[in-house]
Amino acid sequence: MTLSWKQAAMFVAAIGMLAAVAAPLSNEPTADLFGRPMLLAAILLSAALYAASAFVSARLSIAVTFAGVLVGCGVTLVLLRDDTIEGYAASGFWVLVLANWIAAWLGVAALASVKLHDKAAGRMVDLAIPLLFGAFVFYLWEVVVRGFGVPSVLFPAPSLIGVRFFESLWMLWQDFFQTFILGVLTGYAIGCGAGFLVAIVANRYTFLGRGLLPIGNFVSALPIVGVAPIMVMWFGFDWPSKAAVVVVITFFPMLVNTLAGLNAAGHIERDLMRSYGAGQGQTLRKLYLPAAMPFIFNALKINSTLAFIGAIVAEFFGTPTLGIGFRISIMAGRMALDVVWAEIALAAIAGMAFYGIVALAERATTFWHPSYRT
Amino acid sequence: MMAPGKGAAARLPRANTPFHAVEPMQNLASVATLTEKPAVSAPLAVDVTDVSLTFETADGQVDALSHVNLQIAEGEFVSFIGPSGCGKTTLLRLIADLEQPTAGSLSVNGMSAGDARLKRAYGYVFQAPALYPWRTIEKNIMLPLEIMGVPDSERRERVKRYLALVNLAGFERKYPWQLSGGMQQRASIARALSFDPALLLMDEPFGALDEIVRDHLNEQLLRLWDKTNKTVAFVTHSIPEAVFLSTKIVVMSPRPGRIIDVIDSNFPRDRTLEIRETPEFIKIAHRVREGLRSGHSYDE
Amino acid sequence: MTSSSYATARPVQIRWHPAIVRSAPVIVIVLGLIAVWYVAAVLMNRNLVRSQFERDDTPYTTGELIAGTLDAERPLLPAPHQIIETFSEDVFGWPVTSPRSLIFHSWVTLSATFLGFALGAAFGIFLAVLIVHARTLQKSLLPWIICSQMVPILAVAPIVIVVLGSIGLRGLFPKALISAYLCFFPVTIGVVKGLSSPDPIQRDLMRTWSATQPQIFWKLRWPSAVPFLFTSLKVSITISLIGAIVAELPTGAQAGIGARLLAGSYYGQTIQIWAALVAASLLAVLLIGLISLIERWVGELMGGRA
Repeated sequence: MTLSWKQAAMFVAAIGMLAAVAAPLSNEPTADLFGRPMLLAAILLSAALYAASAFVSARLSIAVTFAGVLVGCGVTLVLLRDDTIEGYAASGFWVLVLANWIAAWLGVAALASVKLHDKAAGRMVDLAIPLLFGAFVFYLWEVVVRGFGVPSVLFPAPSLIGVRFFESLWMLWQDFFQTFILGVLTGYAIGCGAGFLVAIVANRYTFLGRGLLPIGNFVSALPIVGVAPIMVMWFGFDWPSKAAVVVVITFFPMLVNTLAGLNAAGHIERDLMRSYGAGQGQTLRKLYLPAAMPFIFNALKINSTLAFIGAIVAEFFGTPTLGIGFRISIMAGRMALDVVWAEIALAAIAGMAFYGIVALAERATTFWHPSYRT
Repeated sequence: MMAPGKGAAARLPRANTPFHAVEPMQNLASVATLTEKPAVSAPLAVDVTDVSLTFETADGQVDALSHVNLQIAEGEFVSFIGPSGCGKTTLLRLIADLEQPTAGSLSVNGMSAGDARLKRAYGYVFQAPALYPWRTIEKNIMLPLEIMGVPDSERRERVKRYLALVNLAGFERKYPWQLSGGMQQRASIARALSFDPALLLMDEPFGALDEIVRDHLNEQLLRLWDKTNKTVAFVTHSIPEAVFLSTKIVVMSPRPGRIIDVIDSNFPRDRTLEIRETPEFIKIAHRVREGLRSGHSYDE
Repeated sequence: MTSSSYATARPVQIRWHPAIVRSAPVIVIVLGLIAVWYVAAVLMNRNLVRSQFERDDTPYTTGELIAGTLDAERPLLPAPHQIIETFSEDVFGWPVTSPRSLIFHSWVTLSATFLGFALGAAFGIFLAVLIVHARTLQKSLLPWIICSQMVPILAVAPIVIVVLGSIGLRGLFPKALISAYLCFFPVTIGVVKGLSSPDPIQRDLMRTWSATQPQIFWKLRWPSAVPFLFTSLKVSITISLIGAIVAELPTGAQAGIGARLLAGSYYGQTIQIWAALVAASLLAVLLIGLISLIERWVGELMGGRA
């Protein structure tokens, strides 16, 4: 019987799980696996699942693999709750982690090569793959940090960050409100709105457009973020200065992209409008604007990330005792890194949610564009 | 066998009558027919008098058209044929007021081309369907109606009628990319007809399609023309297509564009593709080919 | 054949030189903006100058007031000539190694920029090659890479600096790392697009010759990716510059353009801030120009117009 390398790898994973029975779990004296019957049973189960997945059919083996990974990861996490293992983990522990890693990797790879006919199921699989991948990365982070005993002051484990996150929800909300709602959203709305309006005027009067486009391109490449101290000087410490920075940062990409978009309508489509005797306003509303949507949303997506960066940078130059950037710099100075990570988690969630909402809006309005249909 | 063009003045346009009553934009030609002005000769849809057009390009001046004289009567189906660069598309665009002549004058339905455009006197069909991808087929056909201020209630009705006319009934909710090339072009024709212009300008509308679809669409276009009595100006590369469809064929020469020959053709209005093998057809096609040859269309 | 192959006909036309037609709108608008700037400077600084005169108890005319707004020491909005003055002072007036010289600070920031750019671009290309060849990575890693850009790196910057500081890496390397984080993404996306750009026809041809994967990569994919690479390198290097500047902020660095901005902000030296901004802008232009030069050189090596 010849084995494919995937099947062989799954066997290696199974053997790895079993090897933990023989190898030391910790550098400190601790009960070995025979003294932990429940965990021993779980390890055997996990090893069996890994071995089984090498034999069953392709679709089933994915499920079996992930079931084994779930059990295997659970074992290591439970082991870490033992004080004699946490911080002193030895080869027995690590071979378990390694086995889980091999299995998880193969599971994700198998999922990635699965071909589904149902489009909805296909989209769910496309969503599941990065999520499972990310979940495993978090798992690795957790076991490595806790297993090696990395000082939590330096690099805390995800579970610790999660705990700190939920403990400081009120503070996080205030920071979020200050930075994101007041600073980012207001600035984003004003900056993108202004860029859009100026682009429409510049499109109408070609001379203006031909002059503004190169200037806009030029300014977009500059470190505009440097105007932050100037904005703080003009608008004070509170959120208006942050909003002002965001306005300046988001204005130019919006201007440049909207102008490009308004010119994107084809020659023939424009002649068609002319043949109907359509007025300027009608042509703008019915042709130029819909055709410009892909470009406008491109700018909106870019701006959503730029805006956040701008607001946080502005906070480094002065802010009342609120705000994500402020909290991070203060807490980093105090070496309270778990709070810093909680704020980072907040910023990450907010940033992804913002981008995600814009991307969803894009899909709803530009579903017709060829890039969605391929 | 009645020559198709001359009869239009005496005949009441059949399919159009109910709509001319509500049509906000009426062109003078149809008014003339309704009131039955005694027409000595058929009223002219298009009158081109000594028109020349010179383009300024980066490489100097280009004479696109040179001293072109042409008259198109109402109800005629006129084809323009010639090699690339002979100015046939340019001539069509002049009629549509998408370009302006550098010399000579042009009148459409008795007024200047610009006025005719603002009065929505013609429908234009391009080489590409040019349907807006963000609109459904239904909404695409409605586009000119929205611009021209046709009331909401009437719009839907017209869309249904003209989609049925081009055999696309049931495709209202589809998007352009969900249709084949031939179907998109048919939708484009329906759009050009939706506001009921008396004049239809078509610039190689079937050029991008394969021959089988093309034959089919040629027949459909002919039926359409017969039923609606429009005046059609049709630009094409294909000799058989020109001879099959037209009541008058205009042969043009390469740059500077001149009219070499104008051939009248009298096939019955209910003809089918079989006439392409008849001797009369071949004779006319031969004459077209001779005209192209004499205009040095094949030397380059 | 549509009329897109002709220019539009016009009866009589004054023919300007194409260079003038292209540059006239830009020049006019730039001049207009400068004029607006001067007016704004007068308007914004007038309260400052007025209260200064009143404190000194000196009578002043409107002319003197206006002159004062364009020459104030700590103006709200410095006039363009003031900025140019301070800028040339800071660039030419001090020895290159002095901490008061803009060239010194520019060099500090530039070194972080270059290192960060090199790291980021290399990582970006490496990631792109991996993604194009391994379907698993494309589906599992690419979404996370996209997400990474939505996390404001600035939030992570202090952590990076503290963590690296505790293992003894200070100064240049943490800044370069932050720059690299910011600038690898456009390179990855651009190179992925470029490596996937060859026609299916080209790829089929390679298969008929039984080409191996490395051969396909070096002979087809990589050359097709070069134009995309350079476009994204231009974006990437400006982002790297921004990253280097911004990385100097959370640590209160002493040297670099970001440090200069901080110092100017702490001590109320407005014109110094503007001069530093001008320096940063010039650096950005220089960097893009550098990449463009390299692009043209590579283009000639690859046989003229790609």
